[in-house]
Amino acid sequence: MSEMPAAARPVRRRVVTEELHEGPIRASAYVCEAASCMSAQAAEITARLGELVAESGLGDVTVKRVGCLGLCAAGPLVEIAQTGQLFERVRPDDVDGIVAALRDVKPTDERRPQGPFFEKQMRVATENFGLVDPESLDDYVGRGGYETLRRVLADMTSAEVRDEITRSGLRGRGGAGYPTGLKWTTVAKAQGSQKYVICNADEGDPGAFMDRSVLESDPYRILEGMAIAAFAVHATEGYVYCRAEYPLAVYRLRAAIRSAQRAGFLGAGIADTSFNFDIQVRLGAGAFVCGEETALIASVEGRRGTPRPRPPYPAVSGLWGQPTLINNVETFANVPAILRRGAEWYASIGHGKSRGTKVFALAGRIVNTGLVEVPMGMTLREIVYDIGGGIIGGRPFKAVQTGGPSGGCIPAQFLDMEVDYESLIEVGSFIGSGGLIVMDDTSCMVDVAKYFQDFCRDESCGKCTPCRVGTTQMWMLLDQITRGEATLDDLATLERLAAIVQKTALCGLGQGAPNPIFSTLRYFRDEYMAHIVDRVCPAGVCAITPVEVMA
Amino acid sequence: MTTVYTLRIDGRDVAGSEDATVLDVARENGIDIPTLCHLDGITDRGACRLCMVEITGSNKLTPACMTKIVEGMEVTAHSDRLLEYRRAITEMLFVERNHICAVCVANNHCELQDTAEELGLTHFDLPRISPKVDIDASHRLFSIDHNRCILCLRCVRVCDEIEGAHTWDIMHRGLDTRVQTDMGIPWGESTTCTSCGKCVQVCPTGALFEKGRAVARGSKTRRPFLPWMKVVAEERGL
Repeated sequence: MSEMPAAARPVRRRVVTEELHEGPIRASAYVCEAASCMSAQAAEITARLGELVAESGLGDVTVKRVGCLGLCAAGPLVEIAQTGQLFERVRPDDVDGIVAALRDVKPTDERRPQGPFFEKQMRVATENFGLVDPESLDDYVGRGGYETLRRVLADMTSAEVRDEITRSGLRGRGGAGYPTGLKWTTVAKAQGSQKYVICNADEGDPGAFMDRSVLESDPYRILEGMAIAAFAVHATEGYVYCRAEYPLAVYRLRAAIRSAQRAGFLGAGIADTSFNFDIQVRLGAGAFVCGEETALIASVEGRRGTPRPRPPYPAVSGLWGQPTLINNVETFANVPAILRRGAEWYASIGHGKSRGTKVFALAGRIVNTGLVEVPMGMTLREIVYDIGGGIIGGRPFKAVQTGGPSGGCIPAQFLDMEVDYESLIEVGSFIGSGGLIVMDDTSCMVDVAKYFQDFCRDESCGKCTPCRVGTTQMWMLLDQITRGEATLDDLATLERLAAIVQKTALCGLGQGAPNPIFSTLRYFRDEYMAHIVDRVCPAGVCAITPVEVMA
Repeated sequence: MTTVYTLRIDGRDVAGSEDATVLDVARENGIDIPTLCHLDGITDRGACRLCMVEITGSNKLTPACMTKIVEGMEVTAHSDRLLEYRRAITEMLFVERNHICAVCVANNHCELQDTAEELGLTHFDLPRISPKVDIDASHRLFSIDHNRCILCLRCVRVCDEIEGAHTWDIMHRGLDTRVQTDMGIPWGESTTCTSCGKCVQVCPTGALFEKGRAVARGSKTRRPFLPWMKVVAEERGL
């Protein structure tokens, strides 16, 4: 990360060997430069590799910076694009080996890395990951980027675009799963002198990094998706609301906006048509609640980021009181693919009412920590064991936490459940933005519930009473349980309180805050009882000192 | 021309004009819905959650103060479930900070106290938070005791919307949320405060009070509105 300038400037850092080659390229090394690999000195690897290739006089070999290759656990990653050979945990000393491999490459087709981690995935929103240089508009265009926007602007009406999205069955990837086509239509038909498109990149769930990866690996795609959306809903101004904790994503996004503006893909008269659309970046100051759409709008307007009761929904009265389309990063990333390959193609992927693919961030006690995209309806077992490589050290699987602090824990009995919006809600969880935190027998579920409650009380904006006070009280009760100082009455109070907060809180943060408690109580009540009655923590996480109490 | 809608609240047929809220119509018709953050004449924010009502056809509760009426709406403003929620919310407000009525200037003149009485809140089950909170007595006429503040933000809104001074605002978040004067400086040092006393007048509890009042002598109803305007005008020789 030391490579990154403090203030984001739209100056593109040139990849070392870009100017060296003449004629056709025989082999190319793709170095992952997303945040995870960058934190493991990927930039140094790129530089070393470039130097060494130059020294070795390999004129037909390039070294290229690309977006996330997915397998974050094994970073820094270098891939030889022609053979699919993947070098993991590359140290600067390993670079010689990569150069030797590059020397042997025969001119064949580009292939993706092998193995179940890559083969079982289906890439739509992340199709350019690991292929394009996220800081090069030319590279994006070279891979077919902006072709869809050109075609949409030239050949389609906005109603046709909305219809295509509606028929694709795409639903909001921010978590709630609201039908995207319906939202677009509402905004398009709402009365307003000015309409806005906002991209919600305020990703704050613990363990989730889907939006960050998309912005870091393929920022132009978001700009293209937003431009198509703006055309479909008659908007001319857009905002990307990104959290300031993602400096690399913000840097690449800003660089992308500048170069897209220069190339006529943003601004007045996009792609030589009469369509105008421009995008600005707004940074969040670290409040989780600003991912809630009304709080986000307040924050963009320069006010305190607190939610307000809906209706009116932003689609009718949003930013500065005008109709506003707010979609998540991943939703926008799906848009160009849907319009390029058709609604029928997209609708053919998936399961039940959940069409298409979903990006998940695998985290926790899992071997292949990283970013994956799978068709909706894949089973949890396939995601955790086939793609994720199973639990670290072969320990038993206990639960997977999805949906962040508003989500829940799914126990082992549902491993063969097909993952989609509805099935997760059925088992008391929530697809959320796509964070999957895998837990083994070393996790105490009461402690997990307490962790999420602590997160919620810390992130409560303080506006409505049930969330401001209730989240702290729930945390206090959970803390009491984990210290072995609670009674069964306290558990009853906790359950009553959780139900009240869920029903009365103002926004999704408060309404969802009790969910981790509900789901752990539903599947792991015995653990609560062990803490309360036997005063032991079965997983050995909570420090309970056995004390005799008079009761 | 205003359209008039008819709707049903707690089984009673009532009517209201199109821009009215459920709360407006309920109160016009003598149906009492408890509120704390609502105050006639300033913008609603739907934050205290006491006025939550059920609307037939929606599975979510909605704040009556911010829900515009529509034709044929069926509202349940009172039910066992709603009573339980309202009691719990009032209880939360009591245990959030340190409300000790016996030593409070607003004892017997307190809307929080009245609400608790009205809802039949007799004891507290929820854990007490008992935070350490400050008192700002730097203003020469008034004080603020944050122990008694329930964050209804009537002071913030009345100062901004009626007085136009916007001295009050909020800082921090969650349990640490506090109302503040100017940019968090002591009230007495505020350069924007006009000492009009509107905030004191609208405060539902004893958080904002006039200096020199004894316990339970903080009545706000039996005196002329904003007497301090006169004091300040005299001081400035106006």
